[in-house]
Amino acid sequence: MILAKTGNEAIAYAMKQINPDVVAAYPITPSTEIVQIFSSYVADGEVDTEFVPVESEHSAMSACIAAAASGARAMTATSAQGLALMHEMLFIASGLRLPIVLCVVNRALSAPLNIHCDHTDSLASRDSGWIQIFCEDAQEAYDTTICAIKIAEKSFLPVMVTIDGFIISHCMQRIEVLSDEEVKSFIGEYKPNYNLLDVENPITLGPACLPDSFFEHKRAQAEGMNQALRYIEEVFKEYKERFNRELFILEEYHTKDAEVGILCMGSTSGTAKIAVDNLRGKGYQVGLFKLRVFRPIAVSYLQRSLKNLKILGILERMEGLSAFGGPLFNEVRSVLYDEPERPIIISYVYGLGGREITPEEIEEVFLELLSLKNKKRENIEKFRYINVR
Amino acid sequence: MKSIQDLIKEKELFSSGHRACAGCGEVLAVRQVLLASKKPIVCAMPTGCLEIVSTIFPHTAWQVPMFHSAFENAAATISGMEAAYQALRRKGKIDKKIYFIAFAGDGGTHDIGFQALSGAIERRHSFLYVCTDNQAYMNTGVQRSSATPQFAHTTTSPKGEKLPGKLQPRKDIMEIIIAHEVPYAAQTTVAFFHDLAKKVEKAQSYEGPTFINILVPCPLGWGHLPSLTIEISRLAVETNFWPLYEYENGTYRLTYKPSQPKPIVDWLKLQGRFAHLFEEKNKHLLEEFQKYVDEKYQKLLKKCELSGK
Repeated sequence: MILAKTGNEAIAYAMKQINPDVVAAYPITPSTEIVQIFSSYVADGEVDTEFVPVESEHSAMSACIAAAASGARAMTATSAQGLALMHEMLFIASGLRLPIVLCVVNRALSAPLNIHCDHTDSLASRDSGWIQIFCEDAQEAYDTTICAIKIAEKSFLPVMVTIDGFIISHCMQRIEVLSDEEVKSFIGEYKPNYNLLDVENPITLGPACLPDSFFEHKRAQAEGMNQALRYIEEVFKEYKERFNRELFILEEYHTKDAEVGILCMGSTSGTAKIAVDNLRGKGYQVGLFKLRVFRPIAVSYLQRSLKNLKILGILERMEGLSAFGGPLFNEVRSVLYDEPERPIIISYVYGLGGREITPEEIEEVFLELLSLKNKKRENIEKFRYINVR
Repeated sequence: MKSIQDLIKEKELFSSGHRACAGCGEVLAVRQVLLASKKPIVCAMPTGCLEIVSTIFPHTAWQVPMFHSAFENAAATISGMEAAYQALRRKGKIDKKIYFIAFAGDGGTHDIGFQALSGAIERRHSFLYVCTDNQAYMNTGVQRSSATPQFAHTTTSPKGEKLPGKLQPRKDIMEIIIAHEVPYAAQTTVAFFHDLAKKVEKAQSYEGPTFINILVPCPLGWGHLPSLTIEISRLAVETNFWPLYEYENGTYRLTYKPSQPKPIVDWLKLQGRFAHLFEEKNKHLLEEFQKYVDEKYQKLLKKCELSGK
């Protein structure tokens, strides 16, 4: 079925079809609509979900954690300050290996206050033990949200599915949706090994672990993340086989013969594809890498795809405030460190607080990279900005 | 209701071997509540003494399901558990009635967990929230909380050359909970097991959020002998510092009235945290303390009278 949906509507629609047991959420721009639309599904009896309109995002994640630990499929959505307020609980969700799905509508973190898109919120949560999948558009958000349920429950890891605030969340698009039955049969039943409501088999969950056991718990959790890519691959593969829709871990666009590449995440990939088309039309051999899975880092994909480039520009929608670039730059760069031949890598910070980015600006980046590709890497300024005064 | 004699023959759901201090009032309260509660029970607690003494991996003192996730979210946690229960029951995956109980100290209730508690009560989840009030942050080493009584010495409201311990009177959590129009809220303490058990039974006879505020002496934090826990708990009631009362469907009722109230000094003098009040220069503070207790008690009597019981 074809529908016209904004990014937020697409996610809410996927949530309706998933029909989670519990949704606990608190509104925040630009993710508010997800919760709002979902609550109307509840009011109209279109889902069986217990909707918990909590008094804060901290409580939203706390309630989702408790619900998941009680044997319920739990979901929520948030943005920016809301995600920051959940921060403490993100680590607890993953530490307890609870398969919660959280839809993040990316927005800048205050201060200064700003409600528009950048990736600071999601990327600031990168070490919280959640799988993170960035989406380019509403279609990808819809498909990924459905897959996320299955990825989470297979890997016993919570999953963040992100879309770009306003750019995707509020932009109407044509999307193709599955039938309710198809979604239901794809995700199956949630059957955790243990749950708190099994009163015949009481468990204590969330005990204190002293130095004699804490480390082993963390090591096991790390192994969970080490294995996670396999589950993502499996679920994406099954999704493609059943519904003929392909979801990538690292999508490549005109990269086969490219010496010069750009790597980015989220909606900017769509803009960058236009830039690639324009430059290809003029005979330039440039290509785009759209990284979808930021956690776990898709090491093998990045190494295989990027090592033969001469130069790579990383478009980063976050200022890392580290005096050495943001997390996307640093992690991709680190992944390539062991390659005997590796491209020059340049960080381009762009689009903070919703500053627009155009195909022309990305074309300029490509041309700049082309002009730098034969220079000595130590002579090149690595940290650059797009369209900042 | 079962008699105390019968209750203590029931299976202990909070087992011995936990690591609480000798004379800990909090674990007594937990044990009493669990014995008195309807079954089956599913519990939650925030970070704090109770969690640390009862669940150090791989051991647990809990014979019922217990969940701890963080400090400020006991009520949000019990909300999520109860929501899961409602959803799974609706889907036919659970077929029995389950009773939800959150145990939290005064820090997790009056202070850091206050917002989550207010929210959970307003949303009308069905749970019993038990505040085990030991009147300071004991787990981190006896820091003041908003439940600490005026003039008490704590490590962040120390008695000093200039200051006589905590300057502010404690927060009246009962009145705040009652303002949420809960069906049932009550105050009790561990020396009165029968009173406590009856209040648990009453609380669990209601759907929706209910609250029991239990005074739990802390030998370490209050500076008293472990052997005096019950005595101090009883004296808190006999001096009218901690009246036993309940609020049920709009009506306040005293559940115990000391025939001859004792002076507050009888309670204060057993506790190291108030020792400085007995120095010559602080004598007037004892009078002030007595006045506060009397006024607070008179106000409560007035509420009982006005609401009809």
